[in-house]
Amino acid sequence: MVFRLGIDVGGTNTDAVVLDEENRLVAKAKTPTTPDVTSGIIRALDQVLASRTVQPEKIRYAMLGTTHCTNAIVERKSLTPTAVIRIGWPATVAVKPLTGWPEELVRLCGRYVYFVAGGHEFDGREIAPLDEKGVAQACKEIKGRVGAVAICSVFSPVNPAHELRAAEIVRQELGEVHVSLSHEIGSIGLLERENATVLNGAVWRVARQVADAFERALVERGIQARTYFGQNDGTLMSVEYAVRYPILTVACGPTNSIRGAAFLSGFGDAVVVDVGGTTTDVGVLARGFPRESSVAVEIGGVRTNFRMPDLISVGLGGGSIVRLQPGPGSSPTVGPDSVGYLLEQKALVFGGEILTATDVAVRLGMIELGDSSRVAWLDAATAEKIHGRIVSIIEDAVDRVKTSPDPVPVVVVGGGSVLIPDRLAGASQVVRPDHYEVANAFGAAIAQVSGQIERIFSLDRMTREEALAEAKRVARDEAVKAGADPACVEIVDVDDVPLAYLPGNATRIRVKAAGPLARHTSGWRR
Amino acid sequence: MRKLGAQEVEDIALGAAVLGTGGGGDPHIGKLMALQAIEEYGRVDLIDLDEVPDDALLMPLAMMGAPTVIVEKIPNGDEFPRVYHALRQFLGKEVYATMPIEAGGVNSMIPVASAARLGIPLVDADGMGRAFPELQMVTFHLGGIGATPMAMTDEKGNLLILSTVSNMWTEHLARSATVVMGGSAMIAIYPITGAQAKQWGIRGSVSKAEEIGRTLRLWSKQEGAIRTQAATLQRDAWSSRPEECAKADGAGPGDALQAILQLTGGYLLFRGKVVDVARRTVGGFARGEARLEGTDEFRGRSMCIQFQNENLIATCDGEVLATVPDLITVLDAETARPITTEGLRYGCRAVVVGIPCDPKWRTPAGLRTVGPRYFGYDVEYIPLEQRMAERSRW
Repeated sequence: MVFRLGIDVGGTNTDAVVLDEENRLVAKAKTPTTPDVTSGIIRALDQVLASRTVQPEKIRYAMLGTTHCTNAIVERKSLTPTAVIRIGWPATVAVKPLTGWPEELVRLCGRYVYFVAGGHEFDGREIAPLDEKGVAQACKEIKGRVGAVAICSVFSPVNPAHELRAAEIVRQELGEVHVSLSHEIGSIGLLERENATVLNGAVWRVARQVADAFERALVERGIQARTYFGQNDGTLMSVEYAVRYPILTVACGPTNSIRGAAFLSGFGDAVVVDVGGTTTDVGVLARGFPRESSVAVEIGGVRTNFRMPDLISVGLGGGSIVRLQPGPGSSPTVGPDSVGYLLEQKALVFGGEILTATDVAVRLGMIELGDSSRVAWLDAATAEKIHGRIVSIIEDAVDRVKTSPDPVPVVVVGGGSVLIPDRLAGASQVVRPDHYEVANAFGAAIAQVSGQIERIFSLDRMTREEALAEAKRVARDEAVKAGADPACVEIVDVDDVPLAYLPGNATRIRVKAAGPLARHTSGWRR
Repeated sequence: MRKLGAQEVEDIALGAAVLGTGGGGDPHIGKLMALQAIEEYGRVDLIDLDEVPDDALLMPLAMMGAPTVIVEKIPNGDEFPRVYHALRQFLGKEVYATMPIEAGGVNSMIPVASAARLGIPLVDADGMGRAFPELQMVTFHLGGIGATPMAMTDEKGNLLILSTVSNMWTEHLARSATVVMGGSAMIAIYPITGAQAKQWGIRGSVSKAEEIGRTLRLWSKQEGAIRTQAATLQRDAWSSRPEECAKADGAGPGDALQAILQLTGGYLLFRGKVVDVARRTVGGFARGEARLEGTDEFRGRSMCIQFQNENLIATCDGEVLATVPDLITVLDAETARPITTEGLRYGCRAVVVGIPCDPKWRTPAGLRTVGPRYFGYDVEYIPLEQRMAERSRW
């Protein structure tokens, strides 16, 4: 029997599960997220290992979904100075790299910026030959001054040749330096892709440290496992890959919840409501994956074009503070502020002084928790009214993400989901699967491996069908390269948008393929 | 005359997205170009049409091609002086000022960036009052004014001067050259006199975009207070400031919407949720239609928006409510931000707004150029105000 370990770091809690080959739960744990994150991960690990059902030597796979890289960017901590080489001159000069970045972030990691000639047109022709001397010259200037190099070439998603050649030159000149190539990180949209590429360089050491600390912790506990990081699209990457592309981990948390909810409930299409300590995320599960947002996503004040799960977050959770009369003559309010991870100290039922959403649920007998006599003073009618408010916040959020007026299954997960009743307006059924409180750790543990391609295809020499087939082939290859079982890779998403305002002949195709990890495919539910 | 700085540019860009009626290209990249040009070369003088002498030469500047290309292959910036000087020399006349040819979308910003670089004023007027996809779809065209001589260039330095027999020929030739140039080109087009601009231009469209943008910004600033707080909350449960929340509760997207309707003389056509978006490729143009199911006062009704880059026809329960050349704009119901046709997705909560176009488009020549039939719809053009009046009589 081989086990897999999944750990997911949330804003309030760090959750862990150990699953067997049939994806049955062997052990689970929930512990407060710590400011340094790593110690919370290790505590969660120790908690699941404390269970007698878990033999450390049986754990062969360890999946980690963590917020380290996001925190580093948001808190401006431990960032690596990163040089930017933009290939595209004479194009692109009208908007410089790092435009719109917060000053502090530029100062910490973006002081070396270079333009060199090169890049491609949308149909793959060269704008200009790559200025190889220009790349070498930039390397001489940054030698010893930066810990990473970000290379971004115009239309590299169509033709990455100049980025690849520039990377060779950088390695020749600077030796083993961390190199981020934009075509491996983002899609069409030069500035946003470049931003993500620079951030990728800036956080690679953070990822390296986390990976080392995690792997060391595993080894110290007698666990010999292959380690994977969860990424934004709900799939996995190896540690080597994660250190090369740490930026792809920044939104794995919400994704893990939705994927975990899908797995635990068995639904492929549903609305997922994840109630945490402070906020509730409501997202949509479409064919087993989160529906993605189409808007540019900001990370720490920097605009990127990552595809993130399309979520609505509302300020409602188990720790939400309830105010009975916030103003003269006004009705009770719930949140958006919360006692967060201090719930077990601050909530009334735990001996604290603050009325929280959890206290209301205890008063109404929805859960048994702490000392219920401490909330007996709250009259039932008021408690019902407050709970009605909670339900209407959730129902409104569910309605906002739905794609049609028809009732849909709603899967509720997360530690705070006890607040949600068994019936909701707009829901065909409300499903609260077993182990709902650690759904995100399940999401990490069961994640598949994916490959993706987004490219503009010129239809002069191929038909649209040929272009789609080519895109699907590349996406499958990418998934297999990342570790997926070739026999089980499936195309999970296809998007095809013609280029506007140009006569014919060019279309942007995006394809994603995903499959379970190679080996140990037996028992995988799909 | 007044100065346009960074704040004004931000507002114009946001307003231009509303006037872009779902197309015209995201003004974002143009805005960044304008901001960088203003930072490097100084603020731009915005002048009223009445300040322009009748015999002065005005030279509109714009980009043409695919917005998807410009967000990837950002211009160099030298393209603007290059087309400007080339056309100026060809005409042998000094240029008094530049102006936008298109008030909506990314071309609202190109002339701002150019004016800053060239140190010439920008005229508060344009030739569409919105966004349109082709070069002859300009009110100057209705006045018999030629699009040529025009100049076009790419970032590499290739430069063309076009002299054509009709504005349709200009469209065909320039469009082909744009593809060869790599999918986007910078153009100087429709050189006109002050007198012509006063007769055939659309006045005050830059200021109008700015006012729309400012309205949205001031509203979303209040809204931002809530979001910032929510973000803080996630980091530290104890740093909340409930009083800010209470303050921000006052305004809603409804207020921003009302203000925009007043500013533009527009109508609320629909409120609902996008339930289906069908796109298809016809000659490289992103055609399609979006279906919305009504919410609130529109519950039980449905709307269909047909688009070809821009939103062109809005139909509610089978009844046409608005058609091109009147403006049909879709705003996010939560943020009051405009949604482009490319950004329309299942589940978007949206309000659909109709805005009357400039009267010049409502003439027989105007409707031949940009009426519903030109875009291939067998629908009679009836002015938005008239459709709304007829509807309210029911």
